[in-house]
Parts: sequence; structure tokens; C-alpha cells
Amino acid sequence: MILWNTFVLALAAIRRNGGRSLLTALGVVIGVASVIAMVNLGRAAGQQVTANISAMGPNLLFVRPGMTAAAGGTRAEAIPFDPDDLQAIRSSIDGVIVAPGASASATVAYGNLNATTSITGTTNEYFGVRNLTIAAGREFEARELENGAPVCILGPTVVTNVYGSAEPLGTTLRIGATSCQVIGVLSPKGSNMGQDQDDTVVMPLRAVQRRLTGKQDIATIYVSAVEDGTSGRVRADLITLLRERRGLRDDEADDFDVRDMAELAATLQSTSATMTALLGAIAAVSLLVGGIGIMNIMLVSVTERTREIGVRLAIGARAREILLQFLVEAVVLSVFGGLVGVALGIGGTWIMVTQLGMPFVVSVEMVVAAFAVSGAVGVVFGYLPARKAARLDPIAALRHE
Amino acid sequence: MTAPVIMPAASPPLIELVGVRRVYGEGDSEVRALDGVDLVIQRGEFVMVMGSSGSGKSTCMNLLGCLDTPSGGSYRFLGVDVGGLDRDALALLRRHYLGFVFQSFNLLPRTSAMENVELPLVYRGMGARKRHAAAAHALDLVGLANRADHTPAQLSGGQQQRVAIARALVTEPMVLFADEPTGNLDSETTHDVMRLLQTLNRDRGITIVMVTHEPELTHYASRIVTFRDGRVLSDVPGEGGR
Repeated sequence: MILWNTFVLALAAIRRNGGRSLLTALGVVIGVASVIAMVNLGRAAGQQVTANISAMGPNLLFVRPGMTAAAGGTRAEAIPFDPDDLQAIRSSIDGVIVAPGASASATVAYGNLNATTSITGTTNEYFGVRNLTIAAGREFEARELENGAPVCILGPTVVTNVYGSAEPLGTTLRIGATSCQVIGVLSPKGSNMGQDQDDTVVMPLRAVQRRLTGKQDIATIYVSAVEDGTSGRVRADLITLLRERRGLRDDEADDFDVRDMAELAATLQSTSATMTALLGAIAAVSLLVGGIGIMNIMLVSVTERTREIGVRLAIGARAREILLQFLVEAVVLSVFGGLVGVALGIGGTWIMVTQLGMPFVVSVEMVVAAFAVSGAVGVVFGYLPARKAARLDPIAALRHE
Repeated sequence: MTAPVIMPAASPPLIELVGVRRVYGEGDSEVRALDGVDLVIQRGEFVMVMGSSGSGKSTCMNLLGCLDTPSGGSYRFLGVDVGGLDRDALALLRRHYLGFVFQSFNLLPRTSAMENVELPLVYRGMGARKRHAAAAHALDLVGLANRADHTPAQLSGGQQQRVAIARALVTEPMVLFADEPTGNLDSETTHDVMRLLQTLNRDRGITIVMVTHEPELTHYASRIVTFRDGRVLSDVPGEGGR
């Protein structure tokens, strides 16, 4: 009953000073809104990174030749892989899909349009490993792969750049110095970490080796672990196998590089979590400033309302009731600020997220925490002014001018 | 939230001051605001306290109103020694037995007359509906039932003081302490307010202790106590007795 009455008294006092109450709460509004926006934005970025990486291919590992220490202390490029390496991986490591990759950069042209794009020579496994689907047309036929036939499958960006609105299927596209029949078009995948994944042309491995690079090298081996969570094991097996095949002694470093996307995802996740915490901490400073704002205004309010406090004491308010009233006023202000701040923060997150094309994530525990913290801010920063009010001497307070 | 238990032991006087001293400061800067005051006030009296400034009458009022405690001597309110009570106990004593009216009204700004009058009842923990009814009744008593939703700024000085009186009597106090209640009013409204106080004293039996500077008001009182240099100079009956 007393608490409820105190609450009523506090609300009445807040209403009496409407404009000032709003300004007082503004500090907490901004503090809470920025904490919520920063943390939610950080989480959204983290989720997007994960989504991008899983879009690149489930449980994908890239194997590339690295650098090797050559005579005279210089470093040279290590020997590239060959089809035998591919075969060895297929036969000795369980539960993997393997695709070769030979890449080249070339100008492609059709009609009077042309563009420079990256060409990947590979096999049909590539589509599964990289999580690509063919929107129109077909995959490579065994015969085409065997012979290195001049056929190609285009990414949507290439279609847009070189065909405009024309139909690409069945046409002949010029790639560098060779002509190539278009047999398929890939589904769009969007961009990933600033790279347009649709700006690509896929050809049979042998076609690229023979017609574009002129070498038998395999620049990259794409390995996908079929079962979730086995990419670590596959990575270890790959390293053991490749070290053996390349005849590396125990004291020699790897002259190749196995990159595990799951591991990369974890790294990026933890980076984004750190960034989120950092942004949240910076935003929390503004919440602190908001709290100090409340303390400041409440102190002013206590001084200004000294006579009122005197009257309340004279008519029989006890010190603890005065304390409670001013504390409740501070808490109501800061919790109100917290409410508005949560709404603004979520709204702000939504606007930024839609602008940046990221997923909209609202962290419920963060909202609850921000709310609780704003209440705590009211208690902590409201206490000093409230204690000042409660300690006033009734006679002096009544005489205050 | 219970009232201090006051036993009417052989009906002690309402107020009994014996050799009361109130000293401010220490050593050379010591000021004796009250220097041995003996005063007994019975229930139903209308006491007017007079004296020049510095005579100790305000200090005496603060003591009587339980806003302060004596440095020496004893103050018994209904037989209870007030000097031995702590801050909170004094607050409860004021809450349940005393009412205050001030020279400068001291109403809460931007707050309706009704809410101002309800304020003491809030501290008594009374529910909203009962509070409302009691406040409306008190406003009716002071003749301001039709001004209940006006804020102090919308009321004249006399009306504000009447709201303040309603606030003081809404709790049905035993004693009403009025510190120069007409000090800020013109002569016409002064007499309105004085008549109101007299009516409360006569019809409702509320004991009134009032400080004033205006000798022309003494005919409202049943007793006039004059202070000088921290002592009671004279204590005579007034014309306003029942």
C-alpha cells in the first residue's frame, strides 16, 4: 500500500515536471538504444558471416600448394597438385567428395559485349562441393570431361554482363582465344565478403588446362566432408596423406595449405563476438552518462523542491518515505527511458540491418538486460539525491527560499 | 504504521512545557533561543503566540509542532516525553496528531487543491477512494468544494490558505499549528481565514496554536502568550474564549 502510494506520488511529481522528466530520461533512452542497436547489429553481422560461409559449401576444405624453402634461403612456389593426388584423396580418405580446380582469368565475349571473369576448370563434383545449383541447362557429360570439350556453364553475373537480355543457352561464347558452347546457367548465390560469387564460368578441367592455361596443374583441390563435424578429421587426414605423397620429412614444414571453412567460420564468429562486446561496451558508456544525467537532474530537483520536502516532512512523512519517493522517481524515469530506448534500439537495428542487407536479429536476453540495467541505473544514480532529500531538516527545508 | 500509543493517564494536559531551553551553537557563539519556558495548553484552547522577532516564539512553535526537540527541560505531549523520541517517531506523532498551516501556504505547485489536501492521507496509507471523500469533505468545510481541481496558481491567496487549512484538518488533528497564517493576506481575507480558524476551534474542538504579529487579531483567541528574550513575558486570556 505504502509502496503503491509512493509510486503514485512519484508519478504525480514526474507529471508535474513533464518536459524536464523527458529530457532527463533522454540520456537513458540514448544509452539503452545504442547498446541494443550495437549488440543486435553485431549479432546480425555474426550470423551473416556464418550464413555466408555455409553458403560457400557445407564442410568445405580448400587445399592449395603453398610456398617451399628453396636453395639459398629463398622461397619458391611449391609443386602444384596433379590428378593422381586427387585420386589418392578419393581412395584413402573416407566420407569426402573431391573436386579439382584449375583457374584462369579471361575475357569472355558474345555479340558486341565482353567482360573479364574468372574461369574454373573442374568436374561435376564441384557443384555439390561448392553448394552450386544449375538453374538452366545441364551438368557436364562424362565424354566432355574426358575430352576437355569446349563447353561451359555461366554464373548469372556473366550472363547479365555479356548477354544482357539475350538467351545464353546453346550459344557460342568466346573465352580468350577459344570458342565454347554454353550448356548451363548457375543459380545466383550473391556476393560473399566483397566477392561476387556469380561472376564465374565453369568448364571441364581438361578444357581449361588445354585451351586456357596450357598446363596440367591443379591449383586447388576442393574437399567436402560428407558428414557434419568431420571436417577436422578430414583436414588431419589430408595433411598426413599429402605430406606422405610429397615426400616431406618430419622436420619440414607443409608446402601446401589446407583451409577449413568451419574453422574459418569459428574464427570469424569469435571476431564478430569480440567486436560486438566492444561496441556494446562503448555504448554502455553512454548509458552511464545517461545515469549521471539522471543524478544531476534529481539533485537539482531536490534543491528546487526543498520546501515541498519540508511540507511532506511536516505533515508526517518519514525519512525513508521521502527517500523512497525520490528513488522511485529516478527509477520510473530511467525505466521509462529504458523502454523507449529498447523500442528505438530495435527500430534502429531494423533500419540499419535492412540497409546493409543483413539478417534482423533481436537478442531477447539483451533487451531484458538493458531493461534491468536501466532500472539499476535509476537506483544507483537516484540514491544520492534521494538520500540528500531524506536527510533534510524539516525546519530548514520549510524556510528554504 | 501504527500511531505511537498514547495513554490518557489521568488526562494529562495536551501540551506541557517545563523549563524548556533550546540552544543553538556552542561556546561563545551560543544562542539561547528559548531560556526556560513553562507553558501548559489544554485541549480546545485557541492560543495566540506573539512577540517581536528573535523573541523565541518561532523556536517555541517548532518545538510544539514536534519539528524540533528541546536542548533542556521537558516537553510532554499528552503526557509523552517528546524529547526522547527519534526523527521517525516525531514524524509519526505529526502524522497522526498535528496539523500545520504556514505563512506562505506551501502548497505543491501544479497540483490540484484536491491532491494537495489528499497528501497527508497518502502518508497515512489511506486508499484512494476514502482519501478522495475525506479531502472533498475538508475542502467543503473551508468553502472551496467548487475549486477542487484548481491548482494553487489558479487560486487567490486567501483561497490558497484555505486549501492549506483543509490539508491540515483533513487528518482530524488534535492541534493545528499556524505560523503567521495571515502574514501574506490582505485584511479582508485575513478576517475570513481567522473566522474559519475560530469556527474550527469552536465547532470541531481543534486546539489551535497560532503565531502572529498582528495585535488586531488577538480578539479571535482564547489566550494570548507573549514571548520576549526566550521567555514567556505575559500569558493572558483573550476575548475569543467560548
